[in-house]
Amino acid sequence: MVIAVVLVIIAIGSVIFHIWSPWWFTPLASNWGALDDAIVITFWITGVAYVIVILFMAYCCWRYRYKKERRAHYEPENPKMEWWLSIVTAVGVVALLTPGLIAWNDFVTVPENVVEVEVLGKQWDWSYRLPGKDGKLGTSSARLVNDDNPFGINPKDPNGKDDVLIEGDDLHLKLDQPVKMLLRSIDVLHDFYVPQFRAKMDLVPGMVTFFWMTPTRAGTFDVLCAELCGVGHHAMRSTVVVDAEGAYDKWLSGQETFAALYPKAANVRQAAAGSPATEPVPDASQEKTILTASESPSNQSVQ
Amino acid sequence: MSNGVLDETQIIPAAEVEEVDLYHAKSYWTKYVFSQDAKVIAIQYSGTAVAIGLVGLVLSWLMRLQLGFPDTFSFIDADTYYQHVTMHGMIMVIYLLTALFLGGFGNYLIPLMVGARDMVFPYMNMLSYWVYLLAVLILTASFFVPGGPTGAGWTLYPPQAIAQGTPGVEYGIILMLVSLVFFIIGFTMGGLNYVVTVLQARTRGMTLMRMPLTVWGIFTATILALLAFPALFVAGIMMLLDRMIGTSFFMPEMVQGGELLAYNNGSPLLFQHLFWFFGHPEVYIVALPAFGVVSDIISVHARKNIFGYRMMVWAIVAIAGLSFVVWAHHMYVSGMNPYFGFFFATTTLIIAVPTALKLYNWVLTLWKGNIQLTIPMLYCIAFILTFLNGGITGLFLGNVTVDIPLSDTMFVVAHFHMVMGIAPVLVIFAAVYHWFPKMSGRMLHEGWGQFHFWVTFIGTYLIYFPMHYLGFVGVPRRYFEKGETSFIPPSAETLNEFITIVVLIVGLAQVVFIINILVSIWKGKPAGDNPWNATTLEWQTATTPPGHGNFGEELPVTYRWAYAYSVPGVEADFVPQNLPPEDVIHSGGDQSGDQSGRQ
Repeated sequence: MVIAVVLVIIAIGSVIFHIWSPWWFTPLASNWGALDDAIVITFWITGVAYVIVILFMAYCCWRYRYKKERRAHYEPENPKMEWWLSIVTAVGVVALLTPGLIAWNDFVTVPENVVEVEVLGKQWDWSYRLPGKDGKLGTSSARLVNDDNPFGINPKDPNGKDDVLIEGDDLHLKLDQPVKMLLRSIDVLHDFYVPQFRAKMDLVPGMVTFFWMTPTRAGTFDVLCAELCGVGHHAMRSTVVVDAEGAYDKWLSGQETFAALYPKAANVRQAAAGSPATEPVPDASQEKTILTASESPSNQSVQ
Repeated sequence: MSNGVLDETQIIPAAEVEEVDLYHAKSYWTKYVFSQDAKVIAIQYSGTAVAIGLVGLVLSWLMRLQLGFPDTFSFIDADTYYQHVTMHGMIMVIYLLTALFLGGFGNYLIPLMVGARDMVFPYMNMLSYWVYLLAVLILTASFFVPGGPTGAGWTLYPPQAIAQGTPGVEYGIILMLVSLVFFIIGFTMGGLNYVVTVLQARTRGMTLMRMPLTVWGIFTATILALLAFPALFVAGIMMLLDRMIGTSFFMPEMVQGGELLAYNNGSPLLFQHLFWFFGHPEVYIVALPAFGVVSDIISVHARKNIFGYRMMVWAIVAIAGLSFVVWAHHMYVSGMNPYFGFFFATTTLIIAVPTALKLYNWVLTLWKGNIQLTIPMLYCIAFILTFLNGGITGLFLGNVTVDIPLSDTMFVVAHFHMVMGIAPVLVIFAAVYHWFPKMSGRMLHEGWGQFHFWVTFIGTYLIYFPMHYLGFVGVPRRYFEKGETSFIPPSAETLNEFITIVVLIVGLAQVVFIINILVSIWKGKPAGDNPWNATTLEWQTATTPPGHGNFGEELPVTYRWAYAYSVPGVEADFVPQNLPPEDVIHSGGDQSGDQSGRQ
């Protein structure tokens, strides 16, 4: 008896909690409204099933509670009912999966007009690299990382010279400009996570991963690490600022390039002549391990 | 329609193999310590699993203290917090749940329920326990080595698991991996026993389709484990080699502290694939025995046959098969080829269909039953609700698009605790209250049981239901402290305090449970042989607790399925599996199926 009442309270209480809860999604700031829609659809379909099953169970507990003189119904199987239940469940599953997979198709199909932005993770901070005026990121490798070249940019790749480097500072993104976030780590796993963008993806050392999105709301957002990366995991933070075009251009013009910030590393001959102590830089063209960030990283992510 | 499972006149094949004499222990040591009797081994397994499980429980308190009241406890820093998280997860999943369901319930129930005198390889069964104990001791030792246990998260993802910046990288991770290797060796010895015993040692008349679902669940879970654990085994060995002798199976070139490490070209993703190729079946290694046990207990206490027995068996088999093709749904944000998402989302949602059917059939077993709301039955009802909740949130996380925003948030923590933490634990409690009378000959105390049930059931719901909503907000999991953010409202802190307080209350209620067991062993009400009027063979033993060899002179012969409850035209509301058809007392009345109240 008590259990029947408690079950009803749980069913109704859960619905009330859901409606009145102060805890819900942060306001969306990207094009991924389809992800939110998929969650709302899932909530409706599964929520109805949840309440029906619990209330039915409560009814059974009350209606068929033990009575000495009563005898349970004997019916080992009811194939017709089981088939119906299977079909209804399968229909529900299709209704969940279809909008999900349609949205996923958008998620994995990167549009033509994206600009690339590289996110570089290391224990425990974030840096960023923009392609510069040529629109191309230089190739890079963890093997090339040192104090004079914290991004590990290949000095022999001309595309890398004008790459804009942002260290220990906010990343700015242009409003309504689709962006492909190329994710690279030089030590362990990390995950670039901005709750308002919805999309997130791991950074995996040894490969370049990616996701794409369009920032749709100007503002300042927290960047968090969402993949355990050691004792500093919770403190690995940064900020991303979404600007309208004018403000973005103004910010960009104040940023420095690889060649300007690290002339020693960016110009190999100079570095070799000026400082004999510098280790020789491996030849990028012969190094299979050098990652070509400007190529489609999706190929590299197949493991 | 269902005569296949019910027909009492089915031919009972003669025993084809003569009984082999059992090993008979001569001394105290061989009887109670180095015992080859599955029932003693079961209790050894259970005792060890519960002991290490209590360590896991205390670790969860420490974790929750930090989350609910950050900056309050000087003995918890980031290092120890991540160590608590890691050890809690690994202990609960592997060393408690897997060991308790398979090594504990498997050992106790399989021989008794299929009508065997013991496991088919008793000596190897004994070794299985001692190797398991060794694994637990190695794991425990990691708390006492310099640097402490590993803090890499229970998933032990490289490179971070064996790289600087992670606590326990000196010795903890090595002991963890070695312990896992020993666990798998020990499990394989026991697992082979469970499978072969079910296939070879069933008593006469015990066809596969007459086996209780408990046996089906444990049997299928064991096959899963025998196929899945090798993936973890090789991953563990490879990571040990990476850590100890500098190979690069999982380690790419990486820079730490400005230094390029000696690793080269390894693949962190390869480890994740191997880990989850084990890790997803692992969910069902824990869940399938729970499914089986709950089916049987509901049937007994609702005085009604399990609804759709054959469907239940095939659902177990279907879930087991599908569980090997869904693993990468744990890796939607891992950076693997995003096109995998289509495949794994589809397989994952397909697995929901047989799982949902099982749930419907449990509820339909209650329907038109004659439900005795005993403590085991209450726990089963709590299980159905909890599992329903956890299964539904699984539909969120399995659907790749929905997973992306929720992955690595507290939503995931709430989901997997509901579905493979709390739900199986509720079944364990149901099983203990149900079978304790057989194991000890005494009943557990009803009042304490009621207290334990209500606090555990309501408490766990209060802990995990609101926790999902922290995930919606975007609160990440595995955070020692949240720091300043612009999106986490102060009310989330209040919720965290509330959850921590409920965790401590639920934790203390478990003390009542343990006291109940310890006191009832000596002072409990005598139970008799079959206090629940159940049909299955373990309740039909000559003595309670069952003696060495389980059954008396003669092994029982099975004449019918395990669910002959409230059969129309039969006097009693249950017919034991081994009761010869000529001994069944029919009621005088209508033979065609008097379905409501009668007599």
